[in-house]
Amino acid sequence: MASAASPGLVDFLTRTRGRGRLHWTDWLAYGYLLLGVVSMFGPVVWVVLCSFKSEAQLMEFPPSALPYGQVTVTVAGHPEPLPLFRVRLPDGSVAEMAQLRRIGIQAQMVDPAAPERVIRVDVAAREPVRALSLATENYTTLFERFHFFRYLWNSVFITVTATLVMLLVNSMAAYALAKYDFRGRDLVFVLTIATLLIPPTVVLVPVFLVVSELGLLNSPWGVIWPGAATPTGVFLLRQYMLTLPDELIDAARMDNASEWKIYWRIVLPLAAPALAVLAIFAVMWRWNDFLLPLIVLSRSEQFTLQLALNSFKGEMHTQWGNLLAMTVLTLLPITLVFGFLQRYITSGIATTGIK
Amino acid sequence: MATVELDRIVKRYGTVEVIHGVDLEVPSGAFCVFVGPSGCGKSTLLRMIAGLEPISEGELRIDGVRVNEIPAARRGLAMVFQSYALYPHMTVRQNLAFGLENLKTPKDEIARRVAEAARMLRIEELLDRRPKALSGGQRQRVAIGRAVVREPKVFLFDEPLSNLDAELRVQMRIELKALHDRLGNTMIYVTHDQVEAMTMADLIVVLSEGRVEQAGRPLELYHRPANLFVAGFLGSPKMNFLKVRPAEGGVRLGSGDLLAMPDAALGFAELTLGVRPEHLAIGPIDGAGVAGRVRLAEHLGAESYLHVETEAGPLTVRSGGDVPFATGERVRILLPPEACHLFGPDGRAVRSAPGALRTVR
Repeated sequence: MASAASPGLVDFLTRTRGRGRLHWTDWLAYGYLLLGVVSMFGPVVWVVLCSFKSEAQLMEFPPSALPYGQVTVTVAGHPEPLPLFRVRLPDGSVAEMAQLRRIGIQAQMVDPAAPERVIRVDVAAREPVRALSLATENYTTLFERFHFFRYLWNSVFITVTATLVMLLVNSMAAYALAKYDFRGRDLVFVLTIATLLIPPTVVLVPVFLVVSELGLLNSPWGVIWPGAATPTGVFLLRQYMLTLPDELIDAARMDNASEWKIYWRIVLPLAAPALAVLAIFAVMWRWNDFLLPLIVLSRSEQFTLQLALNSFKGEMHTQWGNLLAMTVLTLLPITLVFGFLQRYITSGIATTGIK
Repeated sequence: MATVELDRIVKRYGTVEVIHGVDLEVPSGAFCVFVGPSGCGKSTLLRMIAGLEPISEGELRIDGVRVNEIPAARRGLAMVFQSYALYPHMTVRQNLAFGLENLKTPKDEIARRVAEAARMLRIEELLDRRPKALSGGQRQRVAIGRAVVREPKVFLFDEPLSNLDAELRVQMRIELKALHDRLGNTMIYVTHDQVEAMTMADLIVVLSEGRVEQAGRPLELYHRPANLFVAGFLGSPKMNFLKVRPAEGGVRLGSGDLLAMPDAALGFAELTLGVRPEHLAIGPIDGAGVAGRVRLAEHLGAESYLHVETEAGPLTVRSGGDVPFATGERVRILLPPEACHLFGPDGRAVRSAPGALRTVR
């Protein structure tokens, strides 16, 4: 968008207050922005990099930024590739040698060029030769050993269905509150908004009881229905629908449209910008939702991605490599949504103050 | 073709009454204009006829049938809104067809009617555009087209020209009048613009504060206003009003001049005399009439408006373009008694100018 415009993206990013040289406010502004970028983007980059590290490297201290792996070589006479080390020999010279095996504090090494001669070396006198390497097995095992696609499907199904249900329910309520004049309308609206005061965790137990009584435990619908009506959604849509001219609705009425048809054919299409904003929020809320699925879904085949992530973290042992890889995969869809619909999100936050 | 009858129509919002028992009969095929200042209830009255606003009391009849309880859609009316209220997400064609689709009209019939309306209103080449891509005048035509395709019994217009510029307004006024002549439907038109009312109406209804002040043919209202409100509302520049006292054989002006109006003013302590600017004659100071000084002379070319401060009160004179008087000059104004109206203390007309009406006939 910006790069296509006449000033250009580079021009925009390098804009300064001082002419020719940097004003002190430029230093301040860029420094502040850089701090923001690092503090917000840093953890994400760290997670992505770590997701490509092997389990051993993850435990390493001090940690390295990039994922490294030990270089291996194939030596004649040995079927398996051998790890390569840089060895300080007793005569003071340094050579790259492959390790055959390690016994206590001694290691048996061979020169890959002359595999017949085995040398014993103190383990302290050698260090591994390392090169950038991606531990992609973190990702592949997700697909091989865990039911990644099942979790993905569960998450996608719940997110999409819950979003559609929510848009429908909220827009109907919002239309009534915005355009119909009935006794107690303002009271209903205030009550709806007042529920924002109640933290969701407070009603978690009642919600669980209701879901359980309805027999929806361990069903995706047990996660979908409780979130169908949200005060924020009703508020956002109502505020937008208030701006639709009453004359349009009168015109539709004169045009013989039923009340349902006015809602479906006139109001909904015209409220599309607000619906888009709410849809994005709904997708983000549902996708990242953890608490409600945690109490409703207890069988692993019903797990959403967020629950599956949680299950990697065992009481005794945590498979950090898989956990990080899955975190990255879980973040991807929502990142894509954000990337493509950024404009709507910013306008949504600007108009509602919700995020 | 349909008659519309309003029988003691009342509108209340809570305890506040805004329409106080309106009686009116719009004959079939008439072009009826509701005119009045803003807030007089003319739009509310129209919306009650349309069925968009419930009627608190009284009876509304279309073709003699009570329709109070019949919803807007089934009254057989079509309405053109001030903002045009075109559906922004539909093309012009869809806008025109929407009402017919809701009536379950067959597809080929819809297509025929849309094509016919588009041809009549010259919007054929716009059919696949969205309202956003149309100019004000084109939107206006589409809005009228949306009403025309419905083939309604009665057309309702709610200030349809107020969003257009002056030139386009004149043009659309002529087109609307032509449309009425061609279709022959009953039309009810709401406006605050007396020029629109005078030029288009067969029947003008002047409203003020929820009451009908007078209803009748445009020139009848102009020349025989029933009260001060109608007299002052119609006509531009406004009718001149002067406080007068009855005297032997006529009325006496504030300047002391006597105006001969036998028997007209008997039985009143004080009266208001009304005379239209075009009926006043202006002359040099050495002639006859009420003496005064020109406060402002507006020469428009074809005609001139002279605002004169006289001993009887301020008077506006409408005169020919070549009138020689300039601002500050002393003049005399002649009031022809046969063109003067008299209004009683309650505002009702006591005497309509007989001479004025003669010039019309």
